[in-house]
Amino acid sequence: MSIPSLQSAERNDDMYFLKRLLFLIPLILVITFLAFLLVKIAPGNPFDTERAKASPEIERALKARYHLDEPFLKQYLRYLGLCWEKDAEGQWHWAKGGLIKGDLGLSTKYRNHTVNDIVRQGLPVSLTLGLLAFLFAQGIGIPLGFFTAMRRGQWSDYAGSFFAVLAVCIPGFVVAPMLIMFVAIKWRIFPAALWETPWHAILPSIALGLYFAGRISRLMREGMSNVLHEGFITTARAKGCSEMGVVFKHALRIAILPVVSYSGPLLADLLTGSFVVESIFNIPGIGVFMVNSSLNKDHLMTMGLVLLYAVLLLVMNLIVDFSYTLLDRRVKYE
Amino acid sequence: MIPARDAYDVLAGMNHPRRSGGFLPACFSFIVLLLAGFLFVGCVKNEPRADLTIINGAEPQSIDPATISGQPDGRVAGALFEGLTRLNPKTAIPEPGLAERWEISPDGRTYTFHLRSNLVWSTGDPITADDVVWSWRRVVDPFTASEYAGQMFFLRNAEDIATGKIKDLTQLGVHALDARTLRVDLIAPAAFFLDLCAFRTLAILPRKTIEKYGDQWLMARPMPTSGAYTLDFWRIRDKIRVRKNPLYWDAANTMSEIVDFLPIDSQAAAFNLYETGQADIIWDKGLVPNELLDVLRKRRDVHFFDYLGTEFYRYNVTNPPFADVRVRKALALAVDKKRLVEKITKGGEKTASSFTPPATANYQPPEGLGYDPALARKLLAEAGYPGGKGFRVIRYLTTNAKTSVQIAVELQEMWKRELGIIVEIEQKEWKVYLAEQSALNYDLSRSGWIGDYNDANTFLDMFMANNGNNRTGWANPRYDALLNQANQLSDVKRRAEILREAETLLIRDELPIVPLYFRTGVNFFDPERIEGIYFNLLDEHPIAPIRRKK
Repeated sequence: MSIPSLQSAERNDDMYFLKRLLFLIPLILVITFLAFLLVKIAPGNPFDTERAKASPEIERALKARYHLDEPFLKQYLRYLGLCWEKDAEGQWHWAKGGLIKGDLGLSTKYRNHTVNDIVRQGLPVSLTLGLLAFLFAQGIGIPLGFFTAMRRGQWSDYAGSFFAVLAVCIPGFVVAPMLIMFVAIKWRIFPAALWETPWHAILPSIALGLYFAGRISRLMREGMSNVLHEGFITTARAKGCSEMGVVFKHALRIAILPVVSYSGPLLADLLTGSFVVESIFNIPGIGVFMVNSSLNKDHLMTMGLVLLYAVLLLVMNLIVDFSYTLLDRRVKYE
Repeated sequence: MIPARDAYDVLAGMNHPRRSGGFLPACFSFIVLLLAGFLFVGCVKNEPRADLTIINGAEPQSIDPATISGQPDGRVAGALFEGLTRLNPKTAIPEPGLAERWEISPDGRTYTFHLRSNLVWSTGDPITADDVVWSWRRVVDPFTASEYAGQMFFLRNAEDIATGKIKDLTQLGVHALDARTLRVDLIAPAAFFLDLCAFRTLAILPRKTIEKYGDQWLMARPMPTSGAYTLDFWRIRDKIRVRKNPLYWDAANTMSEIVDFLPIDSQAAAFNLYETGQADIIWDKGLVPNELLDVLRKRRDVHFFDYLGTEFYRYNVTNPPFADVRVRKALALAVDKKRLVEKITKGGEKTASSFTPPATANYQPPEGLGYDPALARKLLAEAGYPGGKGFRVIRYLTTNAKTSVQIAVELQEMWKRELGIIVEIEQKEWKVYLAEQSALNYDLSRSGWIGDYNDANTFLDMFMANNGNNRTGWANPRYDALLNQANQLSDVKRRAEILREAETLLIRDELPIVPLYFRTGVNFFDPERIEGIYFNLLDEHPIAPIRRKK
């Protein structure tokens, strides 16, 4: 393979990723539109309460405050920040707020908070917890998968694989209470809930990451087992590569590809919080809002979180695809 | 597909055991990363421990007294802001708050309040009669969108302002006579007006801050408060911390310096925190799993008490077969209420014969229908459905809350067994449930009501024909007339008789609703360690007297 052709291939890759980056903008627009449409057609009204409003005027005032009395399209444009309106003196004004100015709007459920405010408070917590769980999952999963693949057929392979299957089979809402029952309540090693000191982060990270550790371990094991049969490994061995070199330099970077492609969406998923783990440990992240805001018909809150998740997911996928080109030279994008 | 073991596997796995040496370094590097992550978490907060930590139920939707409706919201708001009166922590009877005394005109329609001298906000500015007038006008102003604006409707012109008929807020029946004196004009001699003055909605709020910051005024610093505490911070779904207000008129009786409210809606998390000593008090019935109540009942730190709340179900009386009162009675008579409280709720709830709890002040509710399956079958046959024949499948609307669903299943079984009626349970998420109920899109609907003040009116007025809380389609001119008549009376005894007559219509003669049981409250706290919490009918526990014994 000559050097110039390699360079041109890389330039193609650059163009490809630039195009994909640009393509994100219309994609996000489509996502916001669909999400906006869905939250609006879902049944229920954010202002329905067990107690009737004292007067219809009050409900009208509430709707006006959140602009829910406007036509759908105007509400959508206002959300995007592309709405112009006439004021009392007949002057046209660019409406306040909107997505393009970084304003996610007001929460209808939590009247004293804006969506930005809630995300600003909750996102760092969810990011930290998600990242810890991600590291835990990778830190356990990759070595375990690697180890079991190398020891295929031995008892340690069976033990490791059994653990991986167990981790995949037991859902978080079982792991978390068990961890709390034994580690927090019986043995009093770590706190049972809340988010204050580093000790508070340990149990939730494990509860959140364990399932993914199992998944990653299995992906890693399969990947490794398959790659060790490939022709280029034989070639490397025939060339006299040390076994260390074969495994770490040649096999691992291919074997890890399934893990890498799995990790992108996984990271996006973990970083935006988990409803189950955040509720069980009462962690002030945004995972709980993801579910509750749609139950509460807190439209803009739902919109903000959907958007956040969508952007993270798209970016992560882009990063994954990009990292493919670094790990496997055979992968080319046009 | 994984090929069978071959030479490479043997080569890779067995002959080179040193390869697995990569495992340890890999683990090590991740452990380092994890530790770094944990340290990062640790850097975030460095707060002193609170003197009192309370598990308060769901995250408050707001803590602006004028707009709140939830109980957890009210407990925080009550620590920060006070009204003209406040409720006694032991009895929940109103006592002087920001007002030190008042005079009531002989006809019971005019109140003159005298504010305490040297009343100040937590920032040191004086609290004046104008602040009271402004705070109350804000509640009835439709622009504020106060859920509880109805609490003000006994004031002159309040209802017309809230419904937009009067635009001029100064028409509201409250006026400042001087900096410390207020005159309040009522449309009827409301016997419970002093109770209302202690209600959160009528609390006195800082005008300048609210006008400057709008809906985000609670985040402003300094944020002036009129109550026993000031707001240190409010981190959503994390913690609300309040700190003693040294300028509060009764600061000498504020027992804890720093109080934390933990917004927790998960039963498991609440209980785990309490059990591991990270919280001192749980005070939300929703936070105690019913399954555990049998075991917990025996503990000395679990306290059950009665309060003014009724669980019931509504009939949609606009549709057959429930347009027929005999059918409504038949279903009611087939319900074994005792079984519901013994098998499901288990919190020592009492079965409800009437809608108004018997503990309500100055009132003795009438006796409703009992449990009589034989009579139930007879009534159903009279209505044309002997043994349930010809009765269409009916829908029972409920929320997806666990207890409500369990009760629905139990009722379904009772009606099938006793009357041969088939009931479909429709579980709806909260907001959808409320919308369907309001739209009368149901046959039977699970319902609950908690009294706002200790008077029968808070229960009975909701079934007046034009009340938004009616939600049954039931309209009875005689019922409306009785309630209106009662609320014009200042003679307590005569008033109670008339209200009783109205309630008889509601729960014995006409039956648009069937009361099931009265709610109990549950508090968790160790009386050896915590003092200052008393039990009362309104489940009202002011924060100031509560403290942890050192």
